[in-house]
Amino acid sequence: MTGQPAIFGCHKISGGRAQGEALVSTDDICFYLVDPNSGKVIEKGHSLEGQSIAGKVLIFPSGKGSSVVQADGLYQLSLKGTAPKAMIIQYPETVLVSSAIIMEVPLVDQLEPEFYQRVFSGDQVEVDADNRTVKVIRQR
Amino acid sequence: MYLTREEKEMLDGKYGEGVATAMKVLVGVGEAFGAEQMVEISRAHVALSNQEADLWFVEKLVRGGATCKVSPTVNPGFNLEYFQEVTEIDRADEEIIKRTRAAYKAIGATLTYNCTPYLEKNVPRFGEVTAYSESSATPYINSVYGARTNREAAQSALCAAVTGRTPLYGFLLDKNRKGQVLVEVQAEIKDDFDYQMLGYCVPKKTGHGVPVFTGLPQNPSPEALMNLGAQLNTAGAVPLYHIVGVTPEAPTLEAAFHGEEPQKRVVVTDQDFQEIKNAISSEGGKIDFALFGCPHLTISQVGRVARLLEGKELAVELWLCTSSLTKELAKRMGFWETIRRAGGHIVEDTCIDQPCWHHLYGKKGVTESPKCAYYTKRRNMEFVIRSIEDCVEAAIKGEVE
Repeated sequence: MTGQPAIFGCHKISGGRAQGEALVSTDDICFYLVDPNSGKVIEKGHSLEGQSIAGKVLIFPSGKGSSVVQADGLYQLSLKGTAPKAMIIQYPETVLVSSAIIMEVPLVDQLEPEFYQRVFSGDQVEVDADNRTVKVIRQR
Repeated sequence: MYLTREEKEMLDGKYGEGVATAMKVLVGVGEAFGAEQMVEISRAHVALSNQEADLWFVEKLVRGGATCKVSPTVNPGFNLEYFQEVTEIDRADEEIIKRTRAAYKAIGATLTYNCTPYLEKNVPRFGEVTAYSESSATPYINSVYGARTNREAAQSALCAAVTGRTPLYGFLLDKNRKGQVLVEVQAEIKDDFDYQMLGYCVPKKTGHGVPVFTGLPQNPSPEALMNLGAQLNTAGAVPLYHIVGVTPEAPTLEAAFHGEEPQKRVVVTDQDFQEIKNAISSEGGKIDFALFGCPHLTISQVGRVARLLEGKELAVELWLCTSSLTKELAKRMGFWETIRRAGGHIVEDTCIDQPCWHHLYGKKGVTESPKCAYYTKRRNMEFVIRSIEDCVEAAIKGEVE
C-alpha cells in the first residue's frame, strides 16, 4: 500500500534529479569498498555489507577514505552502471563532495530530523537537488 | 556564493571548458560548506594517484584546454624505467603511468613525484592560503608552518591549481583552527618512531576534533612531525593539530584553544603505544623484504639506513622510496653506494601503493610506517612494524623478533 508522499526541503551539493528505491546506511561509506560489477558493499562489518547500492537513492551519514580512493570508487561504479542514482548525506566532507560533482551524481544534505524518522530502505524517494526537495513515497 | 567577474567568466566558459569544469567543482564544494566567496591560492599540491579516475579527470581538464594558474607539485606514481629493470610491469600499468605523466605535464604541474612537498620544492609561509591534498602534507602545512589548507581531495586541489582559487571555508578560517581536544602525552617519547605510534593511536581517542598536544619534547625533528601528521591523517581525518610550545599557533595552551576550554581531554600512555603496535603490526618471524618511505624518506633517514648497512649484506630485498632530489643527495654523499653494495634499492618517484610491487604480493615485510601497512592491505602485503633500526637489522638477518 502506498501512502501520501511526504516532501522535505534540502540543501543542494551536486545538482540533478533522480528517483529510485531508498537504501539507508547507518555507517559512512567508502566507494572503493563497493564491488563495481555488482554494486555490492564488500566492506566487512559495514551495515550494508552484501547489499547492492546500484541504482538506489543512497542515504548515509558521510564519506570516508583517502582523497584518491573515494573518487576512483565512484568512477568505477559509474563506468559499470552500478553507481547510486542520488545521495543524501548528513555531514559533507570535501572528498565525497568533489567526487559527486565530478561524477554528476545528485547529492543533497541538511534534511530535517523528521525525514530520517520517515524514510526506510525500500521506499521510493525522489531527489530534486536543483529545486531543493526530497519526496518520500512510502511503499509499505 | 559571491563570485568576482573573473570567477563568473571562468564558470561560464570564457576560459574554456576545462577551467569551467574546475570552477564548477569549486563552486559546488563552496556551496556544500556554506562558503561566501572564493580566495586566491598561492600554492597547491595534487595527490595524483595514477588510478583510472584520477587520470580520467585530469585528461578531461586537459582536453578542455585547462592549464594550471598555480603550478602544483604532484605525488609519486611509480618509476617505470627502474621497475622494468628489476621486475615485470603489466602492459596496462605501463600505459596508465605513461598517460598520467603526459597529462600532468600537459596541464602544467611541477613534476616532483614526491609526497613530502612541504620539505622540498613547495614550502609555504605562515598564514599562506593554499590547497594541498595528500594525507601527510595537509597536517604539516597547517600545523607546522601555520599555513592554511583544507583536507583537499586530489581533484579539488587540481581544480584550485587550475583556477588559482579555492572556496573560503573550513581550516582557512580563524575560528576553525582552534584546538578542541587536549591530548596529554604521558608516554615516553624516545625517538621519531614513537611519533608514528602517537599519530596512529590518537584519532581513535579524539574523534573529529583538532588535537592539542602537551607533554611532547620541545624540539622535535622534521621527521618526527612528518610521522605524526601522516599517521594522524591516516588513522583519522586530522589535517590540523597543535603542539604547545612547538607549533606556531600554540605558543601557550590558552592560545591553542583560543581562550576556550577543551571540549574533551584524553591521556596517551606507553600502554596505548604497545596496544596500537600489537593491533596493527603482524607478528615477528621470517620476513621476505623491507620497505621504507611512506611518506618518502628524508636524506637524514636514508643516511641512518646507510650507516646501519655499512659493510653488511642483506638477507632480503630492501627498498627505500624517496624523492629524486634526495636520491641525488644520497649518491653524492655515498649513501647510495653503501646501500647498493649491501643489496638494497633506493627508488625515486615511487609510492608504496602502486602496481609496481607485484613481486611482493602475498609476502611478509618490515616497515617503519603504519600508513604503509594500512594502504598495502588490499595488495595482500603483510607487514611487521618496527623502528628503522630494527627493520634494517631484520633485513640483514632475514627475520624479525
